[in-house]
Amino acid sequence: MSGAVAGVLQLGLLVAALAACYRPLGDYMARVFLSDRHWRVERAWYRLAGIDPGADQRWGSYARSMLAFSGVSVLFLYLLERVQNHLPYANGMAPVPSFLAWNTAASFVTNTNWQNYAGESTMGYTVQMAGLAVQNFVSAGVGIAVLIALVRGFMRNKTDRLGNFWVDITRAVVRLLLPLSVIGAVILMAAGVIDNFTPTHLIAAVTGGQQTMVGGPVASQEVIKELGNNGGGFFNANSAHPFENPSPFSNWFEIFLMLVIPFALPRTFGKMVGDNRQGYLLVAVMLGLWLTSVGLISLFEWQHAGTALQAAGGAMEGKEVRFGIPGSALFAGSTTATSTGAVNSFLDSFTTFGGMVALCNMMLGEVVPGGAGAGLYGLLMLAVLTVFIGGLMVGRTPEYLGKKIRPTEMKWAAAYILATPFCVLVGSALSLGLSVPQRSILNPGPHGLTEIVYAFTSMGNNNGSAFAGLATNTGWYNLAGGVVMLVARFAAMIFVLALGGSLARQQKVPESAGTLKTHGPLFAGLLVGVIVILVGLTYFPALALGPFAEGLR
Amino acid sequence: MDRLPSLLRQHIAALRLLLAFTVLCGLVYPVALWGVAQVAFKNQANGSLVSVNGKVVGSSLLCQEFVDARGNPLPQYFQPRPSNATSGAKTDYGCDAGYSGASNLGPDNSALLRTVKARQRQIAAFDHVPVAQIPPDAVTSSASGLDPDISPQNADIQVARVAAARHLPTATVRALVGKYTQGRSLGFLGEPRVDVVTLNIALDELPGQGK
Amino acid sequence: MAGIRSRSRTPLPASVQDGPAAPAAPARRVGGGLLDPRLLWKSLPGAFQKLDPRVQLRNPVMFVVEAGSALTTYSAVIHSSVFAWTITGWLWLTVLFANLAEAVAEGRGKAQAETLRRTKRETTARKLAGWRPGDTAYRIEEVPGTRLAVGDFVIVEAGQVIPGDGDVVEGVASVDESAITGESAPVIRESGGDRSAVTGGTRVLSDRVIVRITSKPGETFIDRMISLVEGASRQKTPNEVALNVLLASLTLIFVMAVVTLQPMAFYSKDPQNLIILVALVVALIPTTIGALLSAIGIAGMDRLVQRNVLAMSGRAVEAAGDVNTLLLDKTGTITIGNRQAADFLPVGGVRVEALADAAQLSSLADETPEGRSVVVLAKERFNIRERGAGELPGAVFVPFAAQTRMSGVDLAPAAGGSGRQVRKGAASAVRGWITDNGGTVPDELGVLVDGISAAGGTPLVVAERAPGAAARALGVIHLKDIVKQGIRERFAEMRAMGIRTVMITGDNPLTARAIAAESGVDDFLAEATPEDKMALIKREQEGGKLVAMTGDGTNDAPALAQADVGVAMNTGTSAAKEAGNMVDLDSNPTKLIEIVEIGKQLLITRGALTTFSIANDVAKYFAMLPAMFGGVFPGLEKLNIMRLHSPESAITSAIIFNALIIIALIPLALRGVRYKPSSASAMLARNIWIYGVGGLILPFVCIKGIDLIIMNIPGFR
Repeated sequence: MSGAVAGVLQLGLLVAALAACYRPLGDYMARVFLSDRHWRVERAWYRLAGIDPGADQRWGSYARSMLAFSGVSVLFLYLLERVQNHLPYANGMAPVPSFLAWNTAASFVTNTNWQNYAGESTMGYTVQMAGLAVQNFVSAGVGIAVLIALVRGFMRNKTDRLGNFWVDITRAVVRLLLPLSVIGAVILMAAGVIDNFTPTHLIAAVTGGQQTMVGGPVASQEVIKELGNNGGGFFNANSAHPFENPSPFSNWFEIFLMLVIPFALPRTFGKMVGDNRQGYLLVAVMLGLWLTSVGLISLFEWQHAGTALQAAGGAMEGKEVRFGIPGSALFAGSTTATSTGAVNSFLDSFTTFGGMVALCNMMLGEVVPGGAGAGLYGLLMLAVLTVFIGGLMVGRTPEYLGKKIRPTEMKWAAAYILATPFCVLVGSALSLGLSVPQRSILNPGPHGLTEIVYAFTSMGNNNGSAFAGLATNTGWYNLAGGVVMLVARFAAMIFVLALGGSLARQQKVPESAGTLKTHGPLFAGLLVGVIVILVGLTYFPALALGPFAEGLR
Repeated sequence: MDRLPSLLRQHIAALRLLLAFTVLCGLVYPVALWGVAQVAFKNQANGSLVSVNGKVVGSSLLCQEFVDARGNPLPQYFQPRPSNATSGAKTDYGCDAGYSGASNLGPDNSALLRTVKARQRQIAAFDHVPVAQIPPDAVTSSASGLDPDISPQNADIQVARVAAARHLPTATVRALVGKYTQGRSLGFLGEPRVDVVTLNIALDELPGQGK
Repeated sequence: MAGIRSRSRTPLPASVQDGPAAPAAPARRVGGGLLDPRLLWKSLPGAFQKLDPRVQLRNPVMFVVEAGSALTTYSAVIHSSVFAWTITGWLWLTVLFANLAEAVAEGRGKAQAETLRRTKRETTARKLAGWRPGDTAYRIEEVPGTRLAVGDFVIVEAGQVIPGDGDVVEGVASVDESAITGESAPVIRESGGDRSAVTGGTRVLSDRVIVRITSKPGETFIDRMISLVEGASRQKTPNEVALNVLLASLTLIFVMAVVTLQPMAFYSKDPQNLIILVALVVALIPTTIGALLSAIGIAGMDRLVQRNVLAMSGRAVEAAGDVNTLLLDKTGTITIGNRQAADFLPVGGVRVEALADAAQLSSLADETPEGRSVVVLAKERFNIRERGAGELPGAVFVPFAAQTRMSGVDLAPAAGGSGRQVRKGAASAVRGWITDNGGTVPDELGVLVDGISAAGGTPLVVAERAPGAAARALGVIHLKDIVKQGIRERFAEMRAMGIRTVMITGDNPLTARAIAAESGVDDFLAEATPEDKMALIKREQEGGKLVAMTGDGTNDAPALAQADVGVAMNTGTSAAKEAGNMVDLDSNPTKLIEIVEIGKQLLITRGALTTFSIANDVAKYFAMLPAMFGGVFPGLEKLNIMRLHSPESAITSAIIFNALIIIALIPLALRGVRYKPSSASAMLARNIWIYGVGGLILPFVCIKGIDLIIMNIPGFR
C-alpha cells in the first residue's frame, strides 16, 4: 500500500470515528448542561466548596466567578512551581525560576500550554500531576462553561441570567472530562504510554554505556492533554516522545482525542438551541477548513520543498519514523486547528508552506474546530459577524437564531475579534522591533520572523504549539507571553459572556421566510468567507514577510 | 463596601473549589490510574523495557547510541537516526532521554543543509552505498531525538556492513531485519519501521555473537 | 454646514397612486431618484467644507483616511516626488469623494426643503381672543403666526393661509394642501370626526373655519418636514450604529496590522516609507462603505419622501424593513375604496320601499362612504329624496361609532314625528339592539346576512322601533366590496419575504373570510374595534414580532403608537399623526407595502456595499504587498498576479481604484441596490454573487486597467 493511500485511510478512519461520536457525545454534553438535577456527589462537592448551586448568575457575576477561579489558579500554580523542591516526588528538581513559573502558570490556566521549559528537566511529578494536569482539566472546563453560558444566551428569553459557573465547570470536569479521561488513559496505557512514579535513573545500555530512563504518571496526563486541547507535554518532545506517543495507533488515538469534543460541541449547541441543523452547519464549516489544512500540510510535506529537505530527499527532519509524513501532517493540522498545541513532529523544520498552513490554522482564530468550548464560542462570534453582514443583505436587522444583532451585540463581537490580533500583532512587532528578543531566533531570515510571529500567534490564540527554534525561556518572552496569553483568553471570554448576557435579555424573534437561514451551503460559504477574509487577511502582511518571503523564490 | 465581601467570597469559593479539583484530578485520578497501569499494563506502564539475561538494558521505545567511547558508530550494530537529544556534553552523542528534543532547523537552513550533506557523505563512506540510496530518515534528526525506529530502507543499506562486521552471511542479517520490521498497524496506520534496539539485541543474541 | 443653495430642485412628485380606484401595480420594484450630474458639481463646496476634522471624527473610517492624507502631505513636502504627490493627491480625493457622496445626498433633501420653505412664509394669524368653542361672538386680534401658542384659536377664511397646525373646531372648508402633499385637488376639512386636522402653510380655498392650534411655532409639521428632508435631525439608526462599530473595529485592526508591519519590515531590512504605509492602511480599511454609509441613510429617507411619506426617524424606516406582520385596513388597501350599497333586501314582509326609506333615514348622519352610498342607492332605486337636517326638527342623530358599530336616528315625537327609532349597522350590533329593545330577530334575517357575507359582501341590518313597540328588523342592505387587482400577487410576494399580512375590517367574520380568501391575505381580524387591533398588535409583539399598520382616526392613535411602524394618513386627525412614526401625505394605505420595501432596500444597500468593500481587500493585498517587499524578496513578485508594471504604479493604481470606486458607487448608494421581493435565501445568494464575488474580482480588473494607463506616466516607470 502506498503511503498516500494509507494516509487517506488513516484520515478516513478518523473522520468516521468523529462522525460516530458526533451525536451521542454531543447529545450527552447537552444533557449534562441542561439537566437541573445535581448528582449526590456533586451536592457534597458544592457544600465542600461553599457554593450555592441553585444560584443563576448574571453575565457579570458569571464572569467574575470565572476570573476569580482562574486568578486563584494562576496564583496556586505559581506557588506550587516555586516550592516544588519541598514537595514529594520532586525528582530532584529545583524550584522553577520566577519568570518561567509565571509564564507556565499563565500558560496552563489559559489552556495554552505554551512551554518555555523541558518537562523532564524542570518539573517534578507532583507539580505535573497536582498542578499542571489539574489545570488541564479545569482550564478546558472553563472554556466549555463559557461556551455553555453563551449558548444559554441564545436559548433564553428576557432574562439576564446565564447559569452558574461553578456548576458548569464542575459538570464539565466531573461528568465529561474525567470519565472520558479514565477510558482514554487505559487505552493509551494499553498502547504503551508509561504510567509510573519511578524517578529518572540510569541503566546500563546495550553497548555498556549508560542510558537515562525517565518515568512519570504520563498516561493519565497525556489523555487530558489531548482531550482538553491543552497540549502541554510531560516531556520536552511532547507527543513526539515515544513514552507519550509510542505507536501509530496511539498517535491516531491522540489526534482523535483532541478532535472529539470540539467536533461534537456543535451538536450540543444545536441540541440546546433546538435546531440540529445549526450544529450540522457549524461542524461542516469546521470539518471543511480542518480537512483543507490537513490536506495542504500533507501535500507540502510530501513535496518537501527547501534546500535541506531536498538534499535529504524527504521532509523527515523533526519527524518520527513511526508516524511518517501522513501521521505527522495529520497531527500538525489537528493540533493547530484545535488549539491543542501538542506536537508529534517539530513545526520549525516543516516545509515553509506546511508550517504556514499550521500557522494559518491558528490565525483563523482557533475556530475550526478550535479548543474545547473556546473553538465553538469563537466560531459563534464569527457567525454573529457573518449574520450581521448577511442579514443586512437580506434587508432585515440581522438576527441569529432569533436574536437580533444590535449595536450592543456588535460591540462585544467586534471587541472579541479585535482582542486576538491586537495581542498577536503587538507582541510580534515588539519582539521584532526590540533587539534583545530578536536574539532568541534560531533560523535566520524570514524563517526567524515566522518563528516570532508563530510564537505570538500561538500564545494569542491559546494554542501552545511552537516553532520551537525560538529560545523563549527569556525574561521578555516569559513576561510578555504570560500577559498575551492571559489577555487573549480572558478578555475574549469576558466579551463572549457579555454578548451572551445581552442575547439572553432579548425576546426571540420568530423565524420567517424573510429570515436569513443560518444553515445550508450559502451561509456556510459566507461564514468561511468571513473567517478567511475578515480574520485571516489581518495577518497577510506578516505572512508575506515570513513564509511567502521564504518559500517563494 | 458591599462589593468587597462578595468579591472576597467569590475568591474563597474559587480557592476551595480549586483545592477540591486538585485532590480529585491531581491526586485521586492519577493515583487510581497508576494503580490500574501497574496491575493491568505493567510492561507498558514501566516503559516497555527490554532485558538481556535478566538485566534491563533499555526500552524498546527509546533509541540508544551504538557508538564507541569517542562517538564513532560501531559497524556491527544498526545505527539509529541522528538525534538531538543530548545534554550538550562532549560524551553525550544523542538519544539521551533526559533531553528529548529536535534540531528545529528550518527547511532552508544552511546549517541543516550542511549537516545533511555531511551525514550523507559519512554514511556513504561507512556503508559503501551511493548517496542516492540513502533514505531521508537516515540523514535527518528525529522529532524527539529518541526515535527508536529506522525505515526499512535505512536498515537495508546497513545490512551488508553489519554482516561484514559480524562475519555473518548477509542473508542471515537480512532475515533478522525482516523479522524485526513492523508494517503499518492495521495496514494503514503509521509507516513501516525497524526498531533498532531490539534488532541489535537480537543480533547479539544470534549464536556466536555474544559480546 | 451652511447651506449651499441648490437651485436644481427635485419637484415633489404627484402621489404614486391617487385614490382608491387606481389598481395596485403588479410586479414593481422600488426605484429611486436619479443622480443629477449637476447636483454633483453643486455639492462640491459642501464636500470641501466637510473636510473639517471635527466633521470627519463622526466617521472613524474617513477620519483615518483624512489623518493619513495629512501625514502623507507632510511626508511629500519633505521628500517630494511624483509618486508621493500622486498618492497624497488621491488620498485627499478619497476623503473628498466621501464628503461629496454625503453632500449630494443632503443636497437632494435640501432641494426639497427649499420647496417646502417657500410655503412657510410669514403669516398673520387672526387670533380669537377669549373665544371658547360654542361662543357665537368673537373678537379678532391680529398677531404674527410665530406668536401663536398651543391652544389658541384662530379664524381662517377663504384665500388665507392657515397659520399653524391644528384641528378645525368649527366650520367646514376646502383646503389646498398641495404645498405639502403635491396633490392639487383640494381636500375637505371639517370640525369633529377624523378629518379635522389642518396643517400650517396650507391655504383655505372656500368657506371659513376656526382652528385650535396644536403645535408650537417652529415645531409645526412643515418645520419637522424641512428638518427631516434636510437631514438636520438625522440620527444614526441602530443598524447604522452597529455597522459603524464593525467598520471602526475593522479599521482599527488594519491600522494595527500596518503599524506592526513596520517593525517586521525593519527586521526584514526593508523599512517602508510613511506614504506607502498610509496608502496600505487606506487601501485596506473599508473606505467604500465608510464613505457611502451616511449617503445611503440619507438617500433611504429621501426615497420615502419622494413617495410622499414622512418618516419621523430613520429608526422607523429600519423597523419597516424588519416588519413581520402587516396590519392592512381592508378598505382602500385590499378593496377598492369603499363598499357600495348594492341592494335592499327586506324581511318579514316589509315593503322594499319602506326598507329603503328607513335605511336612508338612518344613514343621514352617517358620513362614511358606505352611509352615503345608501342614500345614493335609495335615490336611484326609489327616488327617495335626501332630507336635510332642517326637515326633521328635533330628530336626534346617532352617529356611527366604532364601539357601537351602528348609526341611526331618533325622530322627535313632538314635531310630527312618531318617536320612531331607526338603526342601521353591523348585523351583530343591530341584532343586539333589537333584542335589547324587546324584539326578536327572524331567522330569515340570519339567512340573508350569511348569504351576503358568504358572497363577500357586507350586510347592514336595518331595524326600527316604534314608540311603545318592540324593535323589529326591516331588512338588510347589501354592501359590496371589490378587491383590488394585483393585490393577490402582492400578498404572495409578502409571504415570500416572510411577512404575514392581516386584514383589519369592521366586517363580520364571514364577510371578512370571503374577502380574505379572494384577496389572498394571510389572516384577518373581523369586526375589529380599536381595542381588538391593539390587542392583536400586543399579541404579535409579545411573540417578538414587529408590526406595521396604517391608521387615520383618533381611535387608531394608541395602536399607531404601539405598532413598531405606524403610518398615519395625512387626512387623519392630528392625534393619529402624532402617534404614528410616519405620515403618508397621499393618505394611501397601500403605501405600507412600499415602505417595507424601502426599509429593506436601505439595509440591503448597506450590507451589499460592506461585503463589496471587504471583498476588495484581497486584490489590494495582491497589488500592494509584492510592490512593497518585492525588492528584498524577489520571490514575492509571484504574488503580483496582476503583473502590475512597477511598485509605484501598483500602489498608485490600488489607491486610485480605492478613490474612484467611491464616486462610481454614489449613484448606487443614492438609488439603493436593485430590490425585488423574494425570499431571504434568494436575495442573499444574489447579493453574495454580485457584491461578494463581484467585489472579489472587480478590483483585480480595475487595478490592472488603471495600471495600464498610469504606467506610461513618467515617475511610475
